[in-house]
Amino acid sequence: MMTDLTSLKISEARDALRKGEVTSVELTEACLKAIDAADALGAFVHKTPEVALGQAKSADDRIKTGDAPDLCGIPLGIKDLFCTKGVPSQAASAILDGFRPEYESTVTSQLFGAGAVMLGKLNMDEFAMGSSNETSTYGNAINPWRRGNDDTALTPGGSSGGSASAVAADLCLGATGTDTGGSIRQPAAFTGITGIKPTYGRCSRWGIVAFASSLDQAGPMTKDVRDAAIMLEAMCGHDPKDSTSADLAVPNFEAMLTGDIRGKTIGIPREYTMDGMPDEIETLWSEGRRMLQDAGATLRDISLPHTKYALPAYYVIAPAEASSNLARYDGVRYGHRAKLAQGDGITEMYEKTRAEGFGPEVQRRVMVGTYVLSAGFYDAYYNRARKVRTLIKKDFEDVFAQGVDAILTPATPSAAFELGKQHSDPVEMYLNDVFTVTVNLAGLPGISVPTGLDRQGLPLGLQLIGRPWEEGDLLNTAYALEQAAGFVAKPSQWW
Amino acid sequence: MSIDIETAARVAKLARIRVEDDALPALAQEFSNILGFIEQLNEVDVEGVEPMVSVEPMRLKRRQDGVTDGGMQDKVLANAPDAREGFFAVPKVVE
Repeated sequence: MMTDLTSLKISEARDALRKGEVTSVELTEACLKAIDAADALGAFVHKTPEVALGQAKSADDRIKTGDAPDLCGIPLGIKDLFCTKGVPSQAASAILDGFRPEYESTVTSQLFGAGAVMLGKLNMDEFAMGSSNETSTYGNAINPWRRGNDDTALTPGGSSGGSASAVAADLCLGATGTDTGGSIRQPAAFTGITGIKPTYGRCSRWGIVAFASSLDQAGPMTKDVRDAAIMLEAMCGHDPKDSTSADLAVPNFEAMLTGDIRGKTIGIPREYTMDGMPDEIETLWSEGRRMLQDAGATLRDISLPHTKYALPAYYVIAPAEASSNLARYDGVRYGHRAKLAQGDGITEMYEKTRAEGFGPEVQRRVMVGTYVLSAGFYDAYYNRARKVRTLIKKDFEDVFAQGVDAILTPATPSAAFELGKQHSDPVEMYLNDVFTVTVNLAGLPGISVPTGLDRQGLPLGLQLIGRPWEEGDLLNTAYALEQAAGFVAKPSQWW
Repeated sequence: MSIDIETAARVAKLARIRVEDDALPALAQEFSNILGFIEQLNEVDVEGVEPMVSVEPMRLKRRQDGVTDGGMQDKVLANAPDAREGFFAVPKVVE
């Protein structure tokens, strides 16, 4: 019997389960114990031990019969954005207080169909709007990493902050995340784990609470690249219930991890060098370039000229879509309804319900979205942003057409920052996504891989961006980078 | 671009979010900051560029126009804050 079951990777646990060295019930109980001891991290916001143990028992039976997919018996955490049948699913918003879906999202249904175990629901920014997990109705999720012996609480990033914190702290073997502007990759980088956002359309969005439908994608957050490959494969696939899900075969991503990237061309975009970027990020990036070159790839300087317009375009398109998607929270069909005063009609009900139920950042984005879509401004803001989006995508198409296989960039402009520090100016918080948001606008796959620590001992990550639908090739390049970087650091347990 | 208090109030009304009068000046200022950030887009030459409709070119699938689901009134109403006699209940809409 292994001593530290929760620190197993998915691949290790899969192999141990199949050999009969451990049972899913043992793995699951170890995780549930770790979760109960980690309330200080604020990662798990709804614990589901009964569901977990039931699924674990079934998984053990299934493994015995020899019919065991890779994820059979693997305990996972699920971001609160995913609707899970009969289990609270409220997108970390007070407006969905008490909501228990009568249905299961396609992605979680595929995971559970493969035998995965749900330990509970994970903290996040409200409606996935945020980069620090500070907009959650449940309170902050905390990064298990600290600056040396300094006990200042740091953000795990956002919006998938609970997922990142839980995986980094070994509370679960992997977690689902979603990524609209960097919400998988930025928290992964802040917590020393791996996170991939696949090509738009790879994973069904059905049953995932919608933020910005043309940008949202689900993806796995895991302890290494192999685990990301295993979990991504189980999450992907065509779904008739999501008209934007792609009807393409899903390859065996894990089988594509050879680590051989000889002859690949890696683009280094000059626009990703930013004024005021810490020299540690600069160094990390140049180390990453050297590692890929040593592994046999060719580096090429490239230009993605519209990069600087990605964030402003995003902050038109995402709020516009959010204002439309969030119109459904009206206090009629589910969730919170405000107490009404004598004589209040339906308009007062809508207005009071939404003022009480939505937090400040969500209100701000819904109203900005309303403004940019309103008569007289639609062309000036929304249509212009969509045209700029076309140009941003074309930047990538041009470099891919010139033979670039993948693009290497920093994942974030800094290491994890202090909680409570970036509240004064929303625009300052938006800058967290400067390296990741282009990928959502262009619909491309992007992966964040931990490759080093900063001077204070905090993890830093690099991002690789791939061609559409070539997640397998992208994962293989990430695997080569991971092997060269040899990142094995873990946060020391203080919680 | 600077957003005045009347515009902020109008946007809040359109979004059906109650904002108290004393909160409007700060809200207008926030809008102004965010829209100031967005104004950078005016630097881009978008002449002749098509606005993006779908990030990955794909043809929407068609299916037979038939009933595929239904008969679950209880489930539909299960999460409603106020459901009565098989309906969602809301305050009086028409005088």
